[in-house]
Amino acid sequence: MDTRVSETKEAKRIPQRVLIGKVGLDGHDRGAKYVAHILRDGGYEVIYTGIRRTPKQIVETAIQEDVAVIGLSLLSGAHKRLLQQVMDLLKERDASDIVVIAGGSIPSADIPDLKAMGIAEVFRPGVSSQSILETFASLVKARRPAA
Amino acid sequence: MAEGDCGPSGPLEPARKDWETHVLAPALKRVPESNRPFKTGSGEPLEALYLPEPTSEARYLERVGFPGQYPFTRGIQPTMYRGRLWTMRQYAGFGTAEETNRRYQYLLQQGSTGLSVAFDLPTQIGYDSDDPLVSGEVGRVGVAVSTLRDMERLFRDIPVGRVSTSMTINSTAAILLAMYLVIAEQQGVPLQLLAGTIQNDMLKEYIARGTYRFPPQPSLRLTRDLFVYCTKFLPKWNSISVSGFHMREAGATAAQEIGFTLANAICYLDLAVNAGLDIDAFAPRLTFFFTAQSDLFEEIAKFRAARRLYGRLLKDRFHAKDPKSMMLRFHTQTSGVTLTAQQPENNVVRVAIQALAAVLGGTQSLHTNCRDEALALPSEDSVRLALRTQQVLAYESGAANTIDPLGGSYLIESLTDRLEAEAEQYIRDIEQCGGMVQAIEQGYVQRHIEEAAYEYGQSLETGARVIVGVNRFREEHEPEPAIFLVPEDTEKKQIDEIRLVKKSRSEQKVQASLDAVERTAHTDDNLMPVILESVRAYATTGEICQRLEQVFGEYEPIVS
Repeated sequence: MDTRVSETKEAKRIPQRVLIGKVGLDGHDRGAKYVAHILRDGGYEVIYTGIRRTPKQIVETAIQEDVAVIGLSLLSGAHKRLLQQVMDLLKERDASDIVVIAGGSIPSADIPDLKAMGIAEVFRPGVSSQSILETFASLVKARRPAA
Repeated sequence: MAEGDCGPSGPLEPARKDWETHVLAPALKRVPESNRPFKTGSGEPLEALYLPEPTSEARYLERVGFPGQYPFTRGIQPTMYRGRLWTMRQYAGFGTAEETNRRYQYLLQQGSTGLSVAFDLPTQIGYDSDDPLVSGEVGRVGVAVSTLRDMERLFRDIPVGRVSTSMTINSTAAILLAMYLVIAEQQGVPLQLLAGTIQNDMLKEYIARGTYRFPPQPSLRLTRDLFVYCTKFLPKWNSISVSGFHMREAGATAAQEIGFTLANAICYLDLAVNAGLDIDAFAPRLTFFFTAQSDLFEEIAKFRAARRLYGRLLKDRFHAKDPKSMMLRFHTQTSGVTLTAQQPENNVVRVAIQALAAVLGGTQSLHTNCRDEALALPSEDSVRLALRTQQVLAYESGAANTIDPLGGSYLIESLTDRLEAEAEQYIRDIEQCGGMVQAIEQGYVQRHIEEAAYEYGQSLETGARVIVGVNRFREEHEPEPAIFLVPEDTEKKQIDEIRLVKKSRSEQKVQASLDAVERTAHTDDNLMPVILESVRAYATTGEICQRLEQVFGEYEPIVS
């Protein structure tokens, strides 16, 4: 089945749901809100959690809302610990099929560790909307057969 | 504008027409203007050339005037930097109190003239380092201060009677100020000599910065208690730093930065007046905090416009009598959001331009960002270069030699007028919402900021706005710069430290003082004295906040 949003009538009727959120104590939400906006424009149904959510709240919301992707923005330097908690909770709740993407001030040296814990993609500063949309589309598409 | 009279019937208008027809038109035929958008950083259209207004000296005296005199457009002091340079105040803090203390000692040795404390997020929101809720965040974006013991280590060998200290602290401002006051006591410094600032601006936390803990009403009660306490006991202390910085950095335009910040100031001034404080006793200790972004002229005009508009507000609306009450004093930090992770060395140039804007705009103190701050906390080398940038501006550039050097520039005066008018419109719109608290609850301010941020982002994507190294002049293979790493053992050290403090303090005293905090929170009495007692007994930041939360509740944000 073709899951490319905005390209088939079916996909337009049932837009893909994604969660964009801020986990931890950091309140810098300019990037997260921008990404939520371009995803909405790109045809996704976006659940935006707002700032200062705990890993547990993120995972609960993701499961309740049945999202395909969780996109988390982190600028405080606490990304490793917080993302590990999100991944562990997803596993615990048997929801590891949800794709997790991270973005923000994340040093490139940390990316291999994040990928190893199962983060599908890490967006660093300067990434274009187009590239974000393409990444979401391909990750959603790749996920579908396994789900 | 200061050039003198040139009324509509003067020689300027025919001369301009002549120039347009005989000089400009043929030139445009040969080389037309490029099609890049000529706009300010906030997207306002710019003319090719600005000319004297058909104006008079009377208008100059009314709108621009002299430095140190109402409406303070040209600066708040009659001498500006010819008398004393701005305070070079670098925001710093990370890891444990010892590590940050070493950074402060270093900054002071290198010629910093004031301190500015960055607390970590748990401290700012009122959680101790050993709270499982904050695991991973301890010491990350600032120093962790859970008890008076941490504060003692933070200011070891720093004479608080001689250095002015600014603390970026909001929800927990009363607690951290109380700790600082005990440090002053320990060093034998009388409170009336203590100079410094607490940010204490909760409204912008709900709008943009996000370190809230309690709902707006009890938060404003704490703000009020601090106003009353500081006005009474700390005559040299700024009891609030009303901050436009974070709203602008979150996406607001320059006019919105002024408008939203002054609308917040109105709310705080009302709060002080309603608490029975005399406007001329309170207003002189209210201070401001703005960003300086990269559009040099728009930023200079922004500072001038903010000064004039604030002067008018205090005089006309709050009926201040003392000129000191009408002076908008401000700290500036160069812009974080304009720094790029790509080609980070370019940030050195951005910071220099932004710092120049702050100086030409008449700032009272300045923080210059470091080249590597889009990547991580800054290294010691970057911190030194940032400070040196200020020193070059101060001692080599000549920018400090003349008061308001760009005053009278047709462009600057025109931008100043326009920004002032637009900012005033935002203030009126917020009044239409019923005031700032209502405007925040209705999402009015947040919506405007989000829309401006989206437009900015889109202008980068289309290339209408150029950021060097990001959407033009990119380099394919950039070497990864070395970044500063916050020591990984901070959290463990902090947890051990809290355990030690809890072992050595009198539990009975702590509980009694915390009971007093909770009791007082139920009344309308000032919370500062009981918080001071708790802090003295080595109660933790988290314990005090927990008691306050029992009474005040926790803020649940509106998500749009």
